Amino acid sequence: MATTSRATRNVVGTWVGFVIILVWCLLPVVWILSLSFKGSGETAAGSPHFLPQDWTLQNYRDILGIGSVTPGQETTNNDFLDALRNSFGIAIIATLLSVVFATLAAYAIARLEFKGKRLVLSLALAIAMFPVVALVGPLFDLWRTLHLFNTWPGLIIPYMSFTLPLAIWTLSAFFREIPWEMEQAAQVDGATSWQAFRKVIVPLAAPGVFTAAILTFFFAWNEFVLAISLTSTTDSRTVPAQLSFFVGPDPFNPPYGLLATASVVVTVPIIIIVLLFQRKIVAGLTSGAVKG
Amino acid sequence: MSTTDAGAAAAPAAPPAKKRPVVSDRSRAENRLGQRLVLPAVIVMLLVTAWPMIQALYLSLFRYRLTTPDDKSFVGLSNYGTVLTDSLFWQDTLNTVIIMVVTVAVELVIGFAFAMVMHRIVFARGAIRTAILIPYGIITVVSAYAWQFAFSLNNGFVNAWFSWLPWISPDTNWFGSHWPAMFAIMVSEIWKTTPFMALLLLAGLSQVSEDMLEAAKVDGATWWQRLWKVILPNMRAAIMVAVLFRALDAFRIFDNIYVMTRGAQDTESSSFLTYRQVIQQFQLGLGSALSVLLFLTVLLLAWLIVRLFRVDLAQARGEA
Repeated sequence: MATTSRATRNVVGTWVGFVIILVWCLLPVVWILSLSFKGSGETAAGSPHFLPQDWTLQNYRDILGIGSVTPGQETTNNDFLDALRNSFGIAIIATLLSVVFATLAAYAIARLEFKGKRLVLSLALAIAMFPVVALVGPLFDLWRTLHLFNTWPGLIIPYMSFTLPLAIWTLSAFFREIPWEMEQAAQVDGATSWQAFRKVIVPLAAPGVFTAAILTFFFAWNEFVLAISLTSTTDSRTVPAQLSFFVGPDPFNPPYGLLATASVVVTVPIIIIVLLFQRKIVAGLTSGAVKG
Repeated sequence: MSTTDAGAAAAPAAPPAKKRPVVSDRSRAENRLGQRLVLPAVIVMLLVTAWPMIQALYLSLFRYRLTTPDDKSFVGLSNYGTVLTDSLFWQDTLNTVIIMVVTVAVELVIGFAFAMVMHRIVFARGAIRTAILIPYGIITVVSAYAWQFAFSLNNGFVNAWFSWLPWISPDTNWFGSHWPAMFAIMVSEIWKTTPFMALLLLAGLSQVSEDMLEAAKVDGATWWQRLWKVILPNMRAAIMVAVLFRALDAFRIFDNIYVMTRGAQDTESSSFLTYRQVIQQFQLGLGSALSVLLFLTVLLLAWLIVRLFRVDLAQARGEA
């Protein structure tokens, strides 16, 4: 009898915990989603309601430039779409390059004995903890001299540097778990070394590389300090930076609906990635720091 | 293509069991290959950090404003003197430390509770993982806006929902004074980064052996005793790594403050002060001094945490 009641209590406790976690994690997301459907009239007048009184799609039309845009908002959506393009381009290129370099380094760290291995790992750790703001001044100066200021490479290069540590740590932890003997086994069974690599090692290593790529992409997509410091126009300004410049005509009354809509648009890719790959992301995040 | 070379070239060196007299030759080749493979990553990491840091060290010794570049003159350590005697610098450092200590402490508690639930739960594991990863993946600027609007005087829901609390009324202006504004900033920071903490703790929790817990239960240990005497000591390494990462991350807080208050109501952090000097006021000399100090503080902080809690990262990774 006592055990049954304890078991029920545990189940109820877990359920309560489950609901609390869901509410905690999703409430602000639902909040900006709700805000994105509020008309500019409603937010200008001030409305303490959580849900819109009048649902409207006008914010989406204004942000994405579809259909009838509110007069005066044309530049808003042009700038936002430019920023979206920059964000995608910069984040994807930085991710690809960073993952290639990290794969080489992590392979060496996981499989080879060489001098300076600990030094590389310590360097990666030191850079992961580096205060990015400390670089802004000198980098700003240097980038203007090298004509990298306000260009894509000007952001891609530092994003690579700051994502490499995480990618190297995640990948080397992952590579250490791969049964590399299988490569020899395949060769003994008559596969050429290229076949053994492509048919045995690549499928085993791919999930780890992919996980590292997702984490790297998240970093580049989120980065803000360098994005506002090393850009000056929408030629290279990314979404987080563009959002912070979104003031609207009245500085005392920010365009709540437009900002919320833009926020929803840039959160959609994140939600898609999370929905598809949640298991991999969790594995990657935890393997880098604590071996599970 | 280069990955292929690496795979093919390293294959002969793979079985460590076959160590014969040729080992010196082979290990030399392995040594060379290993160094070549890490070299590109090391170069990229140093390119953007080491060189600008040396540059900052150099510039910090000059009076140098970008608006008047010809007026650059060597002033020795006087920039450091200016910074260290300025009360704003100390106010901002204090803010940063408060934010760091409070957010990490709160996240540790909430994160541990989340990890417990995720560890126990037998249903909807995918749903809970998805939910917890959304704050992790969301852009910090978006989180800052979401919370700024939630706390907003005219359009927020916080005042409406919590006005039954004695210190909250429908016209509480959260961004009108220091502590409420700091509170709002910390809420956004905590919301965004608790998932990271929870996931690291979850990994640590899964390393605690069930047998040991069972044994403690059989011996009559209460839930509380099991938590403090079995679970927490056994996941010490994971807790310390999580604290180290999050503390250093929280110390660099910038995005939330930039979006939510722009430093108004004395809510500036060290990072924000450095940014403002360099980018908005073009004080490259003074800003560089601030950069160097920020860098040294982070270094000191990392050293302190590692020393104080004896964090062994290699051990936490299962390498030792």
